[in-house]
Amino acid sequence: MYDFTYEKPTAIAAATATLAADMEAKALAGGQTFIPVLKQRLNKPTVVVDLSKLGLTGITVTPSTVTIGAMTTHATVANSAEVQKAIPALAHLASMIGDRQVRARGTIGGSLANNDPSACYPSAVLALGATITTDRRTIAADDYFQGMFTTALEQGEIITSVTFPVPEKAAYQKFRNPASRYAMVGVFVAKFAAGVRVAITGAAQGGVFRHAAFEAALSANFSPDAIAGIATPADDLNSDIHASAEYRAHLIGVMSKRAVAAA
Amino acid sequence: MPNVTLTVNGKSHTVEVEGRTLLVELLREKLGLTGTHVGCDTSQCGACVVHIDGNSVKSCTTLALQADGTTVTTIEGLAAADGTLHPMQEAFREHHALQCGFCTPGMVMSAIDLVQKNPQGLSEADIRHGLEGNLCRCTGYHNIVKAVSAAWHTMHGKELVAAE
Ligand SMILES: Cc1cc2nc3c(=O)[nH]c(=O)nc-3n(C[C@H](O)[C@H](O)[C@H](O)COP(=O)(O)OP(=O)(O)OC[C@H]3O[C@@H](n4cnc5c(N)ncnc54)[C@H](O)[C@@H]3O)c2cc1C
Ligand code: FES
Ligand code: FES
Repeated sequence: MYDFTYEKPTAIAAATATLAADMEAKALAGGQTFIPVLKQRLNKPTVVVDLSKLGLTGITVTPSTVTIGAMTTHATVANSAEVQKAIPALAHLASMIGDRQVRARGTIGGSLANNDPSACYPSAVLALGATITTDRRTIAADDYFQGMFTTALEQGEIITSVTFPVPEKAAYQKFRNPASRYAMVGVFVAKFAAGVRVAITGAAQGGVFRHAAFEAALSANFSPDAIAGIATPADDLNSDIHASAEYRAHLIGVMSKRAVAAA
Repeated sequence: MPNVTLTVNGKSHTVEVEGRTLLVELLREKLGLTGTHVGCDTSQCGACVVHIDGNSVKSCTTLALQADGTTVTTIEGLAAADGTLHPMQEAFREHHALQCGFCTPGMVMSAIDLVQKNPQGLSEADIRHGLEGNLCRCTGYHNIVKAVSAAWHTMHGKELVAAE
């Protein structure tokens, strides 16, 4: 690992000032992605800005929304009685990320800033139509994800919280890579009065995406049978040592049906 | 270079580190606590697990400076001063839950956290799921699961009813 200067500011303004002053400065949340990246020397920051003392943890639930602070760990979301009650699928998703040690440190803000094409949270944010709040603005989920490891965040912009609308029903189903425990295909299905949203992670070259054909069919008839006959084209899906694009296309159908059944 | 001040196994230390120093490097190289192992470079094996403020975490994926002001427990901090083993260590010995022993410190630290956070009970499936961040290349896990189940009973003061 290359060396760097470490800072732990106690005010958001101080953190953003450091990040704005130096293009090579980087934010640190739980470190469960960033520290492995640093070890591989894939990134060479001058300054690492630890976000843990900015007061960005906590969960607030209203009858129609769940708001989660960016530095809230996966373990806290998974174990929150309030999240389990309001959006059980979100708590379930968090409980399936990595392992207990990763969940003890990894955060929702870090996961969303990183936007790994196999990460779990992006599917919940996109399917639930969540809003991402940063130090300077709010960003709708549909505008936020811009391809693998790419988001609408500007240089030095810090996610402060994420607000999820409470759906009528929702479920997350994940086919895990047995070694890494990331999603080989993960499907988040959410049913609102206005219709159904389906987001797929782990499968596409461009990262998380909405499945328009499944959404139309499920908005008309919310049952696994409604999507049984709809094939997903394999063209833009990932092929790697774990699964071919065709197999991932097949898994999208299987996991989506399971998610609808579980919702 | 910055200083980090933390309590390790009940003793306070102030140590000079670099920004990039990992917690596991601080423990092993600066404090000589070599019971915490490093088994991988990918945050996956769990050989390096220690407790920070009561949570099991991977010390190879934590910067020393992130642990400033915290209380850390390593495998060396478990046994009593007179050498009496922690119930989890005793259960690992009793149930032959280790062979080469390389994964054992991390396995024991993860298992203690799992048992402490689940006073309501732990099924075999819960134990296997709960230890998925710890890899063992020797035992095949069966005896580890037995040991953790036995230690759950000792740690929560429950009678161990033999299965089958
Ligand atoms: C063994 C293992 C298994 C895993 N399995 C899964 C899995 O199954 N599913 C899954 O989804 N993830 C998985 N992960 C990843 C894990 O969820 C990470 O915690 C997460 O991707 C990153 O969160 P973090 O808090 O650790 O962020 P960090 O690693 O600290 O940061 C990641 C990136 O985000 C930036 N960043 C962090 N916070 C903010 C913020 N608030 N605002 C702006 N930028 C920010 C950082 O600068 C950095 O570039 C796994 C990780 C490991 C090590
Ligand atoms: S050495 Fe830390 S997870 Fe392998
Ligand atoms: S006892 Fe050898 S790796 Fe687990």
